[in-house]
Amino acid sequence: MKINFEDERPIFLQIAEGIEDGILVGAYEEEGQVPSTTEISMTYKINPATALKGISRLVEEGILYKRRGLGMFVSTGAIAVVRAKRKAAFSKQYVAPLTREARRLGLTSGETVELIERSFRDE
Amino acid sequence: MNKIELKGVSKTFGQVEASKNVSLTFEQGKIYGLLGRNGAGKSTLLNMITSRVFPDAGEILVEGESVIECDRAMGKIYLMGEANYYPEGMRIRKAFECAAMFYPNFDLANANMLAERFGLNTKKKFKELSTGMTTMARLSIALSTGAPYIFLDEPVLGLDAVHRDLFYRLLVEQFERHPACYVISTHLIEEVAGLIEEVYIISKGELLLHESTERLLARGYTVTGSSEAVDTFIEDHPCIGQDQLGGMKSAYIMEALEISQVPETLTVSKLNLQQLFVQLTKE
Repeated sequence: MKINFEDERPIFLQIAEGIEDGILVGAYEEEGQVPSTTEISMTYKINPATALKGISRLVEEGILYKRRGLGMFVSTGAIAVVRAKRKAAFSKQYVAPLTREARRLGLTSGETVELIERSFRDE
Repeated sequence: MNKIELKGVSKTFGQVEASKNVSLTFEQGKIYGLLGRNGAGKSTLLNMITSRVFPDAGEILVEGESVIECDRAMGKIYLMGEANYYPEGMRIRKAFECAAMFYPNFDLANANMLAERFGLNTKKKFKELSTGMTTMARLSIALSTGAPYIFLDEPVLGLDAVHRDLFYRLLVEQFERHPACYVISTHLIEEVAGLIEEVYIISKGELLLHESTERLLARGYTVTGSSEAVDTFIEDHPCIGQDQLGGMKSAYIMEALEISQVPETLTVSKLNLQQLFVQLTKE
C-alpha cells in the first residue's frame, strides 16, 4: 500500500483502497485480520482519525467488520464486493483519463480501441 | 470546554504588528498545524498563549479561564519553544526530574522510553549534545508532560531524515496514548501534511486561513497549458498564483475541480499542502 499526498483522492480513500488491494491479492484473507488504525497511522505517518475514516468506509460497505476487543476482520464475500465496486469505478477512474489523453493526441475511438485490444493480446 | 480560545488577540512590538486581531481555537484530541513564514507571528502567538508575552488587546482562554496570572491554566499548557532554556551543565536525566516538578502528570518512564528510542544517553549534559540531540531530549520531555495542550515550535530542528521519520511515528503513538491537543509549527510542511487534522495559516500577523487539511487539499489544483487557454480558464476560477515558462503557463486554483469539466487542452494536477502554502503566503 502506498500513500500519495498529491493524489487526486483524499488520503482516507487511499487507505481504504490499499486495504481493498490487499484483499484482492489475498494478502488479507476473508475472515482474516487487517492492520489496526494505530498500525496504519504509524506506518504512513498519518492522523489516526484519517486511518479510522478509511477503515469505517470499508465497514459501512460490509467489506470489513469489527470483532469486539480483537480488531477489524475481512468479511466473508468481501472479495466479490471489492471486485464489483472496482468494476463500477473503472470507467471514471481509468477509462475517462485514457479517453481524455487520446483526444488530446488526436487518436480516434477506433484507434484507441485497437490499442486496448493489442494490449490485451500482448498480456 | 476542552479547548484554548484566542479572541481578537493583538500585539505590537514598536512599529511591528506581530498579531492582528487573531481569533482561533485549539481543541483536545486533535493535531493542528500552525503554519507561517519567518516573521509571520507564530512565535508571538505561542508566547502569548503561554503567558511569556501579554497581548495588547483580546483575550486568551484555557478551558474558559484567562491565562494571565493563572497557574492552573498555565499548568495545562506545555510549549517546546524555539530556544533551549536548560542550563548547559544540566544532565538530560536531571531535566526530566525538573519537568516532573512542574508537571505533576509527567511520565518519567515514557520520557526514558522516548530518549532510548531516539538513542539518547540521558547521563549526558546539554552542552555535550548536538542541535538534533537537544531537540530529541526536549521532545522526550514535551511528549511526556501529560499536559492537555502541547505546543511544538519547530519540533524537528536539527533532526536528520531518519530521526524526523521516527519523531512523526512517535507523535502518532503518543497521540494515541495521550490524546491531547498537539499544535505543530514547522517549515517542513509536506512532512506533517498527513498528520495534521486542521491547519491554521498565519501571514503578517493575521490569520489567513483555517480549515481541515482534507478539505483544504480537496480544493487545491494546478492547471497547466498554453497561456491563452490558462488565461481563459482562470477568468471563471479563483486563481491564487501563476507561473509562466515561455508560452506555457501554470495557474494555481483554489476550488474543487471536476477534472472532466476542465478543457482537454489543459492538464490538471493536485496541489500539495506546501505548494498551497507557498502560493497563499508569497509576496
